[in-house]
Amino acid sequence: MSNTLKHLKEMISSSGLSGFESPIREIISDAWEPYTDDLSVSKLGSLHGKLFGSGEEPRKSVMIATHMDAIGLIVTSVKNGFLYMDTLGGIDSRVLPGQMVVVHGEEEFPGMIIQPPDHALPKENQSGPVPINRLLIDLGLEEREVAQKVKIGDLISFATEPLELDGNYIAGHSLDNRASVAVLTKTLEILNKRQHLWDVFAVATTQEEETLGGAATSGFALRPTIAIVVDVTFAKSPGAPDHLSFEMDKGPTFDWGPNTHPKLFKSFEKVAKDFEYSYQHAVYSRSSGTDAITLQLAGEGIPLMIVGLPLRYMHTPVEMIQIKDIERTARLLADFISQLDDNFMDTLMWDAEKEEDEAK
Amino acid sequence: MKIQKNKEWRAPRIRPKNIELLENLSNAVAVSGDERAVRKIVLSKIKDLVDDFQMDALGNILATKKGKGRNLPKVMLAAHMDEVGFMISSDEGKGFYRFEIVGGIDPRQLAGKPVLVGKDRIPGVIGAKAIHLASSRERKNSISVDSLRIDLGPGNSKKIQSGTWAGFATKFSQIGPSLRGKALDDRVGVATIIALLENPPENIDLLVAFTVQEEVGLRGAKVAAYTLAPDMAIALDCTPSLDMPLWDGKENVEYRSKIGQGPAIYIGDGATLADPRLVSLIRNVGDEYKIPYQIRQPGKGGTDAGNIHKQREGIPSISISVPGRYLHTAASIIRLKDWKNTISLLHASLSHINNQTLKGDRRR
Repeated sequence: MSNTLKHLKEMISSSGLSGFESPIREIISDAWEPYTDDLSVSKLGSLHGKLFGSGEEPRKSVMIATHMDAIGLIVTSVKNGFLYMDTLGGIDSRVLPGQMVVVHGEEEFPGMIIQPPDHALPKENQSGPVPINRLLIDLGLEEREVAQKVKIGDLISFATEPLELDGNYIAGHSLDNRASVAVLTKTLEILNKRQHLWDVFAVATTQEEETLGGAATSGFALRPTIAIVVDVTFAKSPGAPDHLSFEMDKGPTFDWGPNTHPKLFKSFEKVAKDFEYSYQHAVYSRSSGTDAITLQLAGEGIPLMIVGLPLRYMHTPVEMIQIKDIERTARLLADFISQLDDNFMDTLMWDAEKEEDEAK
Repeated sequence: MKIQKNKEWRAPRIRPKNIELLENLSNAVAVSGDERAVRKIVLSKIKDLVDDFQMDALGNILATKKGKGRNLPKVMLAAHMDEVGFMISSDEGKGFYRFEIVGGIDPRQLAGKPVLVGKDRIPGVIGAKAIHLASSRERKNSISVDSLRIDLGPGNSKKIQSGTWAGFATKFSQIGPSLRGKALDDRVGVATIIALLENPPENIDLLVAFTVQEEVGLRGAKVAAYTLAPDMAIALDCTPSLDMPLWDGKENVEYRSKIGQGPAIYIGDGATLADPRLVSLIRNVGDEYKIPYQIRQPGKGGTDAGNIHKQREGIPSISISVPGRYLHTAASIIRLKDWKNTISLLHASLSHINNQTLKGDRRR
């Protein structure tokens, strides 16, 4: 088993929901420890790993942000031995009936989300999707024990075990965005053995699925010269529109739109071409739906690039991704970072006259 | 008919190995029409416990365990080996396979589930469109089976032929007082018969049938009952417990059965009206031996008894079920004590069957 696969399987077997990232942060911290010069935790819980460059001080810095929080559920009521729930992050309640979960009560309880039988539901829910406030969780325990050991506000994680599929694919929950964290771990590993002039700030951000608060505050705290956000994007699958979805096993997407700095985008394209990496061109017209939304706006603003990993069935417990896409993206990022030199920022200058020339 | 409790009687013990057997049976994938994975486990367990066994034209396992003496009543026990699941209907490339549902599964239970495909148990998932790509109008409708695919990943493109069966991939677990796993309907019945063969009654000839294709029309039971030609029959199954709280807080009076309240004795369901003499025998045994039981609420549903009782000149039949929640979904939940009490009630009831049992009054 490759290191990446092993690391990723460990991460997607862990909890760490938005706002409650401690379990996953510990795993990532252990993984980054050998590859970083300094590790710290931000006030909002993001993990900051610093790998110092070999250039002269004051050195420029590149931040790579990958959110580590996962979508999940939270207990809203405990009644008659059953739990009621709401979502943390965006979840289509139509995928919930029959899902295995872990309820983080006084102990970790295995549970199952259940759709009550028709006669227990109001008429309007007896056909069609059952809304989340009518779904229940059964812990298989007696009513008394449930009442004693589970409280309102307890967290609920998906329990789907990682499934390895032929051809280096893996399926499971929380691949959004632990797959991107795995990219970052691998990038750090490569950069450790290689010269790079700039400082590298590896950041596993918090609360992306709810508030985007982790990226905003880490961006402010670290004030990187430039930033790269790695997140998952839609892979082609039933019902996904062709123009919004991408092939797995064909490399990452480079995402073009207003959260992306256009010249940084161009320099990524140049590196990909020079080093012969395949990549796919993605566009978003308004918002990238990633940490880039707030990270771009941290402090006086940060030139930013977004790299996407195509993934099937986003925000379900059976997300699917290609391991090789993770490894390829990690190498691409390492190659990009290695070529950052003292003059790199000149290439990002807004130059009105030149832009006009380029437009022609 | 009055029952005198036999003071020597001891309930058969359910040991960890019985639970382990149920675990193996639950984890095996054996969708109606493709029961081989369960057949293999059953054969390995029973071959040293029975006097003889055979497999019939449909794939049922039929076995006999004779009692001591001649002209003993011939009592058939039936439990079905098959489970609800899926059949691959076409390969659409890139790992996507179209599928049909086998047996009764609510399509709302499908999205986002791991599955196992074919005899090599190739893992896959039933995906669902990302919430970001589903409009709010779309989310007001259920996800149709037509729009779902079993996805084995692009690495398994063109590997599976149409006609291959698939099942849910849920792993069995013991949780506090409960057992949770897929296909407990009716692997718990299969495991019950095996537990009885380990502790066989000597006053009857036991004829057992591990049946096929129950979930698609009680088919295996029909021919099994013909071949075995018993004097009477008991179908062992798992019946739905619809005992959840109602949304408006009113009393749930349509619960069918309740978990934790003991084995469910059938008086009538959608397919069978139980023989009243067998009903009173088993109820009386429950009362005299102080084994908890409940009466399954009459109503829809059916067991192998639906076809057994109409076989040949007629075979007086009854069903007894372990109550189970969430049957025909990715996992069901039963209480261990209900299973133990089911085995005890059956064992004690069988020990009271004699040649007079069916000569009694049919009136309740």
